[in-house]
Amino acid sequence: MITLMVNGAPRELAPRSTVAGLLRSLGIDPRLVVVEHNRAILRDRETYSMHALRDGDSIEIVHFVGGG
Amino acid sequence: MGIAIDTSLDISPLVIGGREFRSRLMVGTGKYASNSEMIRAIEASGAEVVTVAVRRVDLSRANDEGILHHLDPEQFFLLANTAGCYNAEDAIRYARLGRAAGFNEWVKLEVIGDTETLLPDTAGLLEATRVLASEGFKVLAYTNDDLITALRLEDAGAAAVMPLASPIGSGLGMLNPYAIRTIKSRLGVPVIVDAGVGTASDACIVMEQGVDGILMNTGIAAASDPVRMATAMRQAVEAGRLAYLAGRMPRRETAVPSSPLTGMIGE
Repeated sequence: MITLMVNGAPRELAPRSTVAGLLRSLGIDPRLVVVEHNRAILRDRETYSMHALRDGDSIEIVHFVGGG
Repeated sequence: MGIAIDTSLDISPLVIGGREFRSRLMVGTGKYASNSEMIRAIEASGAEVVTVAVRRVDLSRANDEGILHHLDPEQFFLLANTAGCYNAEDAIRYARLGRAAGFNEWVKLEVIGDTETLLPDTAGLLEATRVLASEGFKVLAYTNDDLITALRLEDAGAAAVMPLASPIGSGLGMLNPYAIRTIKSRLGVPVIVDAGVGTASDACIVMEQGVDGILMNTGIAAASDPVRMATAMRQAVEAGRLAYLAGRMPRRETAVPSSPLTGMIGE
């Protein structure tokens, strides 16, 4: 297993996991979120299934909420 | 149905960054008791520009719904903010995340300098404005009512400058009309007053200063009846704009009769 920081908390994933797989396992619709991988924004959702995750990586998954 | 106001009398539409907006009232989406009440209030406000915040998806909650479940990006112009950012680096990061959501390249830029007053860190704000403007963002910069900062923000490439009426969420109304008028008279870019409007009369008085628009959130969301207040705010913004365009009568310290002095019976 590999361990990543996802939204500030450690999370174990299978080796060779991808961003698409992570979102699927979390039940998140990729169209409604933005993903940042090691501080770099992944701008093209089409690449999520090819975007490999490694041990120690940091992922932020954000979306729009109410605000002023 | 509300009372129809003839907005055709407002001959010049609000234009920011080359884009025309039909309403001079922009509203936030925070602090509502429910999403359905938020939507009804926004619709009653007539606002086209609607602000949203960028936050982590809560992975501990199944189905942490973002606001896009309730707010149609086709119906409203979503303006991402950088609320909660206390330095330029964080604000730039949040702005880029908001842009990556894919709706537009606009940001309501906040760089806060103090947790108690939520007043802006103007040095960080200027730095972030420069960087984001150079990346093609349309930056709407939330700032204090200081003229020099407003001028520097315009120089830094801000598409609009957003001085506060009073601190965020305070509902104190406009504390310094002179400063707001001065900023408006000196800037080429639109001036949108952001924060501090507590009730309809506050909004009307702000618009009577000649500013281009108002952004508000708590003034509507924290009212006992947000939908009714949203309607009042829409009418107040329109009334204040029309009163500004109409040009108020001069103030006098003495009375001047409105009725003829001649033709009285018994003369």
